[in-house]
Amino acid sequence: MAEVLRMRHGSNAGQPITRRDGVLKVTGQARYAADNHPPGMLHAVLATSRIARGRVASLDVDEACAHPGVVAVMTPGNRPALAMHPDDKSVPFSFRLDLLQNDRIRYAGQPIAVVIAETLEAAAEGAALLAPRYEVEPVEVTLDADGVFVPPAVGVGDPGEFRHGDVEAGLAVAARRVDATYETPMQFHNAMEPHGVVATWDGDALSLDMPTQGFALTQMRLAALFGIEARDIHIRSPFLGGGFGSKLLTGPQVLGILAARLVGRPVKLVLRRDQMYGPVTHRAPTRQRVRLGATGDGGLTAIDHHVRTAVSRFDEFFEPAAGVSRALYAAPAIATTNEAVRLDTGTPGFMRAPGLASGSAALESAIDELAEACGMDPLDFRLRNYAEVEPVTGRPFSSKALRECYAEGAARFGWAGRPLLPRQMRDENGLLVGWGLGTATFPSHMFQAEARAVLRRDGTGVMETGAHDMGQGAWTALAQIAADSLGLDIEQLEFRAGHSALPDAGIAGGSGHTATAGGAILAAGEKVIARLTELAVSDTRSPLFGAGNIGVVPRHGRLVRWDDESRSEAFADILTRAGLDQIEENGTAGSAAAAEHYAMQAHGAVFAEVKVDPDLGQIRATRLVGAFAAGRVINPRLVRSQYYGGMIWGVSFALHEQAVLDPRSGRVMNADLAEYHVPVNADVPSLEAILVEEEDPHVNALGIKGVGEIGITGTAGAIANAVWHATGVRARQFPIALERLVSEAELDQAER
Amino acid sequence: MSVSVTFTVNRIPRTVDLDDPRVTLLDLLRERLDLTGTKKGCDRGQCGACTILLDGRRVNACLALAISHDGADIQTVEGLSAGGALHPVQVAFINHDAFQCGFCTPGQIMSAIGLIEEGQAGDDPERIREGMSGNICRCGAYRGITEAVVEAASVMNATRQEDAA
Repeated sequence: MAEVLRMRHGSNAGQPITRRDGVLKVTGQARYAADNHPPGMLHAVLATSRIARGRVASLDVDEACAHPGVVAVMTPGNRPALAMHPDDKSVPFSFRLDLLQNDRIRYAGQPIAVVIAETLEAAAEGAALLAPRYEVEPVEVTLDADGVFVPPAVGVGDPGEFRHGDVEAGLAVAARRVDATYETPMQFHNAMEPHGVVATWDGDALSLDMPTQGFALTQMRLAALFGIEARDIHIRSPFLGGGFGSKLLTGPQVLGILAARLVGRPVKLVLRRDQMYGPVTHRAPTRQRVRLGATGDGGLTAIDHHVRTAVSRFDEFFEPAAGVSRALYAAPAIATTNEAVRLDTGTPGFMRAPGLASGSAALESAIDELAEACGMDPLDFRLRNYAEVEPVTGRPFSSKALRECYAEGAARFGWAGRPLLPRQMRDENGLLVGWGLGTATFPSHMFQAEARAVLRRDGTGVMETGAHDMGQGAWTALAQIAADSLGLDIEQLEFRAGHSALPDAGIAGGSGHTATAGGAILAAGEKVIARLTELAVSDTRSPLFGAGNIGVVPRHGRLVRWDDESRSEAFADILTRAGLDQIEENGTAGSAAAAEHYAMQAHGAVFAEVKVDPDLGQIRATRLVGAFAAGRVINPRLVRSQYYGGMIWGVSFALHEQAVLDPRSGRVMNADLAEYHVPVNADVPSLEAILVEEEDPHVNALGIKGVGEIGITGTAGAIANAVWHATGVRARQFPIALERLVSEAELDQAER
Repeated sequence: MSVSVTFTVNRIPRTVDLDDPRVTLLDLLRERLDLTGTKKGCDRGQCGACTILLDGRRVNACLALAISHDGADIQTVEGLSAGGALHPVQVAFINHDAFQCGFCTPGQIMSAIGLIEEGQAGDDPERIREGMSGNICRCGAYRGITEAVVEAASVMNATRQEDAA
């Protein structure tokens, strides 16, 4: 092994190639879980609770069973036994599940029975015929509920309380202060593909078509629940119709697996859209009080970020919204604290940019308010408080091209010359125009992964890892990394992913999948090439004989001398002469050792323009420019798409989406895609994403950071700030609704 | 009692004995004709993932009862490249990265073809955005979708003019 690891830049990584699964997806041939139909398959439909707390007093099972085509009704009375109670959390990363363990109801939309029938129509009708009666108990579903408590930890191991320096002293000496409270709503992932499963039992072996963002986690959880071996659970998930965190942990699809057990035939269970507003996790609501202080010249003296969030009555996940305040701006004193209430809702969980989406919406708004208080341009203010090192630890960043993001984004957007005061700009139709800025950030995660590489005598290669493609482009980006690791043109490489019998690729989450699975791929490929090199350089018949000390590089299916391009040998010739059919190696990846010494984050700057109707308050985001630095880019076409998607989620966060709960019944009142607003095409402004160059020698072997979640983080705040700049109204409640701008004639007041 | 209904699906006549009047066109395609390219995202006409062309018009297949459409001509995503070559809209979707997870894509593509054939939008991005707004893409591939439709519209219109000439 050479002393200095030379990063190989092959012909594939960095290229904007189109998606390798593109033809399958545009022709309808990409097979999602619910597209499977094994022989003898039955259809299952969930019956879900219309109340949020109490118990099921009765179900008309006879009526349902009498309906033609209905094969069985699964209730707590006949549900097959499980080896582990659904509330047992001894398996890592498991949430409590509602698997018909009793007649209790702990949130609206909880499954209370499963109807299994020969046809989907019969199963749906059977579920309707169950006509449940309930014993109803009073519910609490707002952040003002009683029983506020301080969680010991939030998110995944984030401290519940964190204090660096003396915040109160910092606020006391400040010349300018902001003390503002922001609210963010409960949100649901709403992946286009509803959660589904096609389950087939063969004895104690289980075969599943089921979308998942983590094969190994899912296998482990199911193995414990059913008391079977993880290796006997085979999951196929070649394509996920979106996940956004909701398909990471095992959910109500277990009921489909139980139904298949009950009837002894394959069963398909797909949630209805309205059933995705309960048992598949959500982004918890937050109320965030942000207190900031600054010196007269705009230097931060303190950041105090306090979050109240909500969790279900029966499980734990606390939205880690304050964490962003420890990472973004330099301040001598920073405190992040959390509290929570328990509500009669499903358990919240990971939703695209957990913590950071909500937290940065509040922090970026507050920073803007402080810039205003200091009479400074919001960009100048952010540069004045630029964190050269991680604010609370003093660790250096492994790389941080945020300054370049600000500069390139501002130039492209045309930020210079922005009026300092609000309500200064109108378009040709008299609409108020505002410009706002938000800083984006997301930590660079690495998980554990393995990959297997094979180089075959015919000069082709195979790379295998159980990666998940939920739209981020794993089929393409990982294949690019794989081809480079083996020095092959991508057409010479067979890339296998998307099922659980392959080496564990870790999870598709935390924006860490490409780095993690890609790291394992790189390691596997390099080991194969190392063995191949050994064969060549020690063989007197090879043109590469004796090149060991100089080194060789793999390129287009040949090993080439580092110092002399004319001396090379084809992989196939090396293997043939050695009498080998193939070389196979495994590679692994895990947390970077450098994580101890460096803070590792991607950064970005998002510039937003909004237009607001001065009479009606209608808000439109009209223009977004995001500039992001996330290390090395494997495929710029796909990375741009990730940024666009994240920025659109930011638009959605700022202006559209919100689950509205009825405080009396505890039900989500807008549990469908007509009333739970997500952006449609006409809602999406002119979008631009700039890929800012950033080289990171520390973050991981590939030098890449995640790109899937960062786009949402700067955007929501940028839009809120632009709305203020247009109107002079600080709308501190997300989503920003027109009634907030016109209520109490706020617009007029701002005018005066 | 079963009812015999006949459709032309992607230019092929199909006769189905429907034993259940509740079957939607979407479930007929997906569960009984093994045409699973058309997706079910909401089953109530709100997301557009099930968009097909029914007698040349864009419809949400989840809102149409199969039994009401005896004799109809149905086009789904599977029929677009039956001859082997991709349809111009399919090509444009790939080139403009007009999808991520791909789940809404069959509906987006059928909707785009319908929109272009309707002749309502031309190649005006603003009108295309409006005309494509019945199809939700949660991944947020809208920029690529709009660009793809603009490009495909001009390709298809050029081809039509050549054919006419």
